[in-house]
Amino acid sequence: MATIGTHAPALGERASRAPQRWAARALRNRNLLIGGGVLLALLLLALLAPVISPYQPQEQNYDITLLPPGMAHPFGTDNFGRDILTRVLYGTQIDLRVGAVAVIAPFLLGVLLGCASGYFGGWIDTLVMRAVDIIQAFPFIVLVVAIVAVLGPGLQNMYVAVALTAWVVYARLVRSEILVVKHKDYIEAARALGIGDARIIWRHIGPNVITSSLVYAMADIALYIGLAAALSYLGLGAKPPEPEWGAMITEGQAYITTAWWMSVFPGLAMVITGTGLSLIGDGLADVLRPGG
Amino acid sequence: MARYIGRRVVQLLPVVFGITLVLFVMLRLIPGDPASVMLGTRGTDEAVARINRQYGLDQPIAVQYLFYLRTLAGGDLGTSIKYQVPVIQLLAPRLAVSLGVVALTLLITAAIALPLGLLAALRKDSLLDNAVRAVFMVLMLMPSFWVGILLIIFFSVKLGLFPVSGLGKGPVDMIWHLCLPALTISLSIAPVLVRALRANVLETLRADYVRTARAKGLRESAVLTAHVLRNALIPAVTLLGLSIGGLMGGTVILEKVFALPGAGALLIDSIAARDYPVVQAATLVFATLVILVNLITDLAYVALDPRVRLS
Repeated sequence: MATIGTHAPALGERASRAPQRWAARALRNRNLLIGGGVLLALLLLALLAPVISPYQPQEQNYDITLLPPGMAHPFGTDNFGRDILTRVLYGTQIDLRVGAVAVIAPFLLGVLLGCASGYFGGWIDTLVMRAVDIIQAFPFIVLVVAIVAVLGPGLQNMYVAVALTAWVVYARLVRSEILVVKHKDYIEAARALGIGDARIIWRHIGPNVITSSLVYAMADIALYIGLAAALSYLGLGAKPPEPEWGAMITEGQAYITTAWWMSVFPGLAMVITGTGLSLIGDGLADVLRPGG
Repeated sequence: MARYIGRRVVQLLPVVFGITLVLFVMLRLIPGDPASVMLGTRGTDEAVARINRQYGLDQPIAVQYLFYLRTLAGGDLGTSIKYQVPVIQLLAPRLAVSLGVVALTLLITAAIALPLGLLAALRKDSLLDNAVRAVFMVLMLMPSFWVGILLIIFFSVKLGLFPVSGLGKGPVDMIWHLCLPALTISLSIAPVLVRALRANVLETLRADYVRTARAKGLRESAVLTAHVLRNALIPAVTLLGLSIGGLMGGTVILEKVFALPGAGALLIDSIAARDYPVVQAATLVFATLVILVNLITDLAYVALDPRVRLS
């Protein structure tokens, strides 16, 4: 134990410097800076929506229905005379929350099961990987739609459906990385010192295998925003009059020949959000990559 | 090869069995029973009980499952509770529409991704390369149903080039109607392929055998097609195979956008109607197709790259 004690400060010192190294790398990374800027701007717009817009997202005015984009209504108005810009801004609150909340459960579940599967092997591995095979055989959207149909329409049930299906990607990623790491000398050394499995996974394996899952999770936030929109489109997600972007695109489809702005602007908001998140994902991959 | 395929098929059996079990249990958990949904407000207790008896829905769930497996093993997909016709009769023509979209999508994707991926790599860092990368990055982030709506606005409403929705009559008219849905899905798959192809071509261009091919005086077009493209295609084929699952999922939503009578639209409607046999059959077919495509993708490696050996 004395040996470990003498090395502990050096290791601790190196570990404490890691966040500073990452921060320095992050500040030099163009993708991360632009993506972070876009996401920050979106968060500010979402929070300041009541200050920026003089209208309410569900405020109807039948005197100004289907107005094209202009000075008073930069994104135009919809069939109920609601201001599209206001609805897009309030929609930012909903969609960013949906993406962020939806990613948490599959990430945690996938990392946990992937760790158990890769580290312990045997019947746990067989069980987890067969479950992964079965779930991956279904087209993702088909499975999510079926589960949401079982549980009932709504964003809450979409979270459950995503948690039940999307963990497989994280489990696969973590498992494959653990298979590489678990035979490394430092893990064998930790085991030889009598350190418990849970501690080895948490302290020694986890930090080395989590990076790719984190990067993937960032891209997944954009995916889940798109999924929520697709479910709203199928009538299984957010319900009108909620200003969710997908629901807005759906409402606009009936007016595509006369009022293109109803569908186009909420879609553009999704693209801008997706671009920001994707750039952050690329940037994180660069910054967190060992030796990157 | 035959032994490898045989072994893979045997390995797939438990997965397919698992799929049927997951599907069966999940569908029985949907609140509300098909008889009540079918009869609506006209449904007396006697009528609901009669339909439940007719379709074996009054049996314990384990008995229902065994009965389902027995009929499935006999190649029978069951009878639709809503339409009162054999599921196969309902599903087959709609599956043909969905597979038509998938086939056309693959063609359009190849027509977009191959030349653009190759050109972007050959003119690395040029204006064309940067433009292709920027456009496809944005395309990748667009939700496919929104892209579909944009294409309808532009090609159908503004230019009048393609029909807004529906399937049309006769083979040529049908292909014409499927063009925009297929293009929509292609635009969501092509970006990943273009990116992969560009990276693979760049890597292959640096390979020794390409330098040798050039050194022995082979024409540039021959070097590019026989040596560079063929080798660069291998990882792209994997990606294309992997994206087939997403592609099938894509048809579910786009059939709604373009009002196509495909298997995806049938699936969504059947979930709403609690038409268990149709939902089971359509999902099972979708899942089996994904599994088969994965197997075909693995076999395609061998055809493209003689260095890959099956084990």
